[in-house]
Amino acid sequence: METFDIVFYIFATLTIVSAFVVVFTKNIMYAAFSLLFTFIGVAALYVLLHADFLAVTQILIYVGGILVLLLFGVMLTNNVVSVDIKTGTLNTIPALVAAAVIVGSLAAVFYMTWSTVGEPATAPTATTRAIGELLMTGYALPFEVASVVLLAALIGAALMARRTRKP
Amino acid sequence: MKTELLNLIANEVLVYTLMAVVPLLWVIPFALFAVWWERKISAHMQDRLGPMLTGGWHGWAQTIADIAKLIQKEDIIPTAADRKLFVLAPYVVFVGSYAAYAAIPFAAAYVGAEINVGLFYIISISSLVVIGLLMAGWASNNKWSLYGSLRSAAQIISYEIPVALALLAAVMVAGTFDMQEINRLQSGSILDWFIFQKFPFLFLAGIIYFVASLAEVNRTPFDLPESESELVGGYHTEYGGMRFALLFLSEYANMFAVSAILVTLFFGGWGSPFGSFLSGAWYFDLGWFLLKSMVVIFVQMWLRWTLPRLRVDQLMYVGWKVLIPFSFVIILGIGAWVIAAGH
Repeated sequence: METFDIVFYIFATLTIVSAFVVVFTKNIMYAAFSLLFTFIGVAALYVLLHADFLAVTQILIYVGGILVLLLFGVMLTNNVVSVDIKTGTLNTIPALVAAAVIVGSLAAVFYMTWSTVGEPATAPTATTRAIGELLMTGYALPFEVASVVLLAALIGAALMARRTRKP
Repeated sequence: MKTELLNLIANEVLVYTLMAVVPLLWVIPFALFAVWWERKISAHMQDRLGPMLTGGWHGWAQTIADIAKLIQKEDIIPTAADRKLFVLAPYVVFVGSYAAYAAIPFAAAYVGAEINVGLFYIISISSLVVIGLLMAGWASNNKWSLYGSLRSAAQIISYEIPVALALLAAVMVAGTFDMQEINRLQSGSILDWFIFQKFPFLFLAGIIYFVASLAEVNRTPFDLPESESELVGGYHTEYGGMRFALLFLSEYANMFAVSAILVTLFFGGWGSPFGSFLSGAWYFDLGWFLLKSMVVIFVQMWLRWTLPRLRVDQLMYVGWKVLIPFSFVIILGIGAWVIAAGH
């Protein structure tokens, strides 16, 4: 499996480097487009862990949905032809606190579950049916709650868009 | 095919890479042929001859000459364009179109990657094309390009929903996302094809998929992103030479990909329409698959030279108020049918 290790390191590097570009570039369009490579890299890492359904969902939701909407928003709200759309650093201290809390909780989760994490599945197994059954049985309530939240957001967005049109 | 290759070459990654290159041997000749074919079809529909001289017989070498010309062209990048993204965009578009071929079953013996979520993968990976088009339009720093790519993105994300719902209807009948398995379920005669199953629900789903897929690949009557009369050339206005050729190639690659999905899900894929007649060997599979796909592509071209272009509001009306409600009705109907019949 040595060649798969090389594939892993290629995609890991792609993910990390593009994530750095997202954070440190001054041009917001570059940040949005390098987010594409971060998402693809993460999806590839899921594939290497044999989580095929998760990988494809990652691409569908993040690349096909969120990233397209993000680019759309940036393109429509900024002056259409100007290239100098810049990002700056604002609210440094609250951002640092928030980042520290997230890193802390991630590290806590990491150390607490480190011993219980099993080996990844060695052979590609069909995960779609199992995920579907769990969503419809054991996790039906969280699933439905999430869809109601999304529906509320959708209706809210449509309402706000309408209100601005009629002054 | 994979097992034979694995016996031949021990390295798994190398085998997968080889498997991935195979469809390229089809895509490039197909694009060359399809451009010539489209020009001949348009010419005959408009009562003229089209290219007749290059190569002798009915101008068959016209697109080869065109490509030779495009290769020699100067590589122009507009001064005000965003250089990096301008250069990158055609590759992102082509990678997005070509990545879909990994899960298209060309024959019983060949599919680029045997994955369980094949169809789901194809739906999701095609969103790379949208990103590539937005990148091309924005990096060109040209109003026409930007409007073209914004229209294209709006159109593709709107029509992705009916596409996914119509395909989901077929998946509900098949019970799997695996493209080969869906294909095998339709083996037998023409009546086993999904388009004639659960009549009329899957029949309508097939029509909805076909209409919405036309919008996904920016074909007439949904070719607003590059409508020459208003937007010059849409997102590829500023592109020339090989970069333009790459965008053009991926457009034709997309056309074949959506036709191949339609054929696989609704028209029996590589299966013969006459039961066991002319089937069994890989060349029969491949022949049937390509023949059926080419028929669908012919219909796409036929529509392009028959129908006028829709307006933007009409486009959104058809997508959101016609195709999506109908596909929901189909999903409900098939769901009820599957529950009632027990399979």
